[in-house]
Amino acid sequence: MEMLNALLVIVLVLNLFALGTSRILSVIHIVATQGALLGVIPLLLHEHLSLPVILAAAAAILLKGIVIPSIMIRSLRAAQIKREVEPLIGLLPSVILGALATAFVLLFSKQLPLAAHPVNTLIVPASISTVLVGFILLTTRFKALSQVLGYLVLENGIFIFGMLLVQAIPLVVEMGMFLDLFVGVFVISIITNHINQAFSSMDTRMLVSLKEE
Amino acid sequence: MSLNLIIVALLFTAVSGLPGLMLSRASLWSQRIAVACMCLGSLAGLIGAGLGLYNPMTTAVSFPWPAMGDSLIGVDALSAFFLVPIFLMGGLGSIYGLGYWPQRRYPRTGKRLHVFWGGLVAGMALLVISKHAIAFLFGWEAMALSAFFLVSLEDHRPECRKAGLIYLMATHIGTLTLFGLFVCWRWATGSYGLHPVANDALSLSVMNGIFFLALLAFSLKAGVMPIHFWLPGAHTQAPSHVSAILSGVVLKMGIYGLLRILSLLPNPPATWGGLLLVLGAVSGLFGVVFALGQHDLKRLLAYHSVENIGIILMGMGLAMLGRSFNHPEWVVLGMAGCLLHVWNHSFFKSLLFFGAGSVVHATGTRQIDRLGGLAKPMPWTAAMFLVGAVAICGLPPLNGFISEWFVFLGFLRAGTTIGTSGSAVMIGAPILAMIGALAVACFVKVYGAVFLGTARTSGAAHAHEAPFSMRGPMLFLAAACAVIGLAPVLLSPILDAVIANFSGATEASRLSLTSVAPLKIISAISIWLLVCILALWLFLYLIGRVRHRGLTWDCGYAQPTSRMQYTASSFAQMIVSMFSWILRPRGGQQQVSGAFPKPAGMHTHVDDVVLDRVIVPGFHDLEQRFGWFRRFQQGLTQNYMLYILITVILMLSTLIPFKEIFAFLIAR
Repeated sequence: MEMLNALLVIVLVLNLFALGTSRILSVIHIVATQGALLGVIPLLLHEHLSLPVILAAAAAILLKGIVIPSIMIRSLRAAQIKREVEPLIGLLPSVILGALATAFVLLFSKQLPLAAHPVNTLIVPASISTVLVGFILLTTRFKALSQVLGYLVLENGIFIFGMLLVQAIPLVVEMGMFLDLFVGVFVISIITNHINQAFSSMDTRMLVSLKEE
Repeated sequence: MSLNLIIVALLFTAVSGLPGLMLSRASLWSQRIAVACMCLGSLAGLIGAGLGLYNPMTTAVSFPWPAMGDSLIGVDALSAFFLVPIFLMGGLGSIYGLGYWPQRRYPRTGKRLHVFWGGLVAGMALLVISKHAIAFLFGWEAMALSAFFLVSLEDHRPECRKAGLIYLMATHIGTLTLFGLFVCWRWATGSYGLHPVANDALSLSVMNGIFFLALLAFSLKAGVMPIHFWLPGAHTQAPSHVSAILSGVVLKMGIYGLLRILSLLPNPPATWGGLLLVLGAVSGLFGVVFALGQHDLKRLLAYHSVENIGIILMGMGLAMLGRSFNHPEWVVLGMAGCLLHVWNHSFFKSLLFFGAGSVVHATGTRQIDRLGGLAKPMPWTAAMFLVGAVAICGLPPLNGFISEWFVFLGFLRAGTTIGTSGSAVMIGAPILAMIGALAVACFVKVYGAVFLGTARTSGAAHAHEAPFSMRGPMLFLAAACAVIGLAPVLLSPILDAVIANFSGATEASRLSLTSVAPLKIISAISIWLLVCILALWLFLYLIGRVRHRGLTWDCGYAQPTSRMQYTASSFAQMIVSMFSWILRPRGGQQQVSGAFPKPAGMHTHVDDVVLDRVIVPGFHDLEQRFGWFRRFQQGLTQNYMLYILITVILMLSTLIPFKEIFAFLIAR
């Protein structure tokens, strides 16, 4: 339990780092670290380590810690951009916002009407605050790659919440979720590459012109 | 046996267009395979339906379907009765398509047409045989969506897209109402199965709710007057054989649904029958009046569908009143008129649309005032169209007369019944007569302007006769019209079976159709009339060797030109101006003045009363009122994410224990 809580605190701190960094490469590294840490959690939760559990953890670490980040780094290099130039709200305010959200969730997560409260763990507040941080990234950053990162953080939050059900989710479902994530990021990276080549911009605000009048 | 055949037919028709998808666009085999499958399926289906009609035994098969309770399909007399036009028109229409919409000329749309044609026919067959609400909905949606793709087949034309979208809106409103209806049904009867409800099982208000939902959903599909707005556009823009099946069969699915629901509900209150009668009279009368104001051949025929649906509803209303007031004669005559008119209308209206399709195929225009004199280059089409026109006007000796005569007889019986209800119902008779008279005027206008006279444009002058694949189906339908008109006795056992199925009467208390209507005398009179006409024609042919050559509408001028003929608009002008309070024709005319006047012109146009004067302005108004809402939809994904975030936070903030915080603060 102590170990788990320590891990989750690191995850929460990584959230704030992700909010406060403008270099996209650093954000990728942060999100990769976060993903790899999350991959370890199932190993701590299970009392008896069985082959499926180890497989799932290995897949999670491999995918979130290595495969997805390397895809993103490649497309970052291809796009030749380094940092998020003009986020909607500045970096410091967004860190403060994220911290406030985390505090808010830590205060009130006990009120959540869950079926069975996990005792003494940070799982629920960590998951909700990670989801909120993902939302903040998604709403305030405009580069396509930053959007993908926001989506990954959001997914990490949902993954933490899934730890509550870790005994119940079969391996197949878990693998399915990883496959989903992988395909999603893979496709988005390819698309961003092509968008960048075609329009020489990665600004998602340009998509407004697709709107029907 | 009958059900097995119908299931085989359903599968054949459903997959008929699919093999063609594998073939290349240039290949002619995609159409041949589709037509062959459709014909095989139709044949099997017709045999199955025939067996179902002559052995009116309810056969049912149940399919295990855990989520919805076991699903049932089965064939009873009512289903079999409606299966006949479905499979007949499915087969004939696909044969007609060989000449009208050949793959060689329409490589882009041909394959799509075959796929959705099969889907349409299979969907209708499924909905007619299903005895379970969800299976019914499956069939209904398959039909509605296939019809949408068929209507918007030529989607490169903006008016075609517009008609398709309006149809889609209308049909979705109908489906939504059907959801409501079946949810009510489930709630009231405890299952999705469409089984008869026991006497006194439902309270009157529940029955009323079910009836009004059914009326809205099904009359939207059937095109009853105030909510017919999707119909003229869709029928006009679709290819002609699609218009034929839409008008001839798809509209009837609305009638079928209404009949099915009504047959399940016991002890109908008199308001239902009265309402159906009034709706029928309104759509009958105004349908034909609007038809008179049209300049587009197919649009005119579309409004005639509204009129005929009105006649069908009048028969249904009479039958329902008969059930409420316990007059079995009204039930038998009203239902016989209603049911027979369903068949008749699907035969003669398809015939007319096929004829209109031949005209469009030959001349490339649907505008009545640009045609003329087509009887000489297209004698077959002209003759077939004449048969259809006489039938739709309800004139003897063809089939339209028989069904309208049943309804007339019913009204007159009602008039002789003691009591105010009977004499009130009798008002229907003069209305029906007026509808018939106006229909005659309308088809004199069409036939006179399109087939008689001389060609008004070069397109009409260079018309050619339709190929045999198009004439064959028309001949078949014309023959069917004539057979029903001359020997209605043949149909009386079928009608008896369906009426018994509808009214739930026991074997002993049932009236047979032959006992209330003198069918044999009518046959004799019709045959005698036909003989007289033939004799007169022969006589005139033999003595009329001296021929006067001249224009049909030459009005006594010495040097008439084709431009001096009566136009269709001028022919109908008197009636249109009589009904200008509802038609409100728009138009402009330049004054001709002086000894050497400048070129002048005039034009008139009749808008659709519901679509162009209520719905379109109403929606524009709505759009303007809610224009401010647009600023929330800017196309920026970040904004949409923000909306989600705000919603999540709002929902989470319900967790904040405000009460305890207040208590804490106050305590301090």
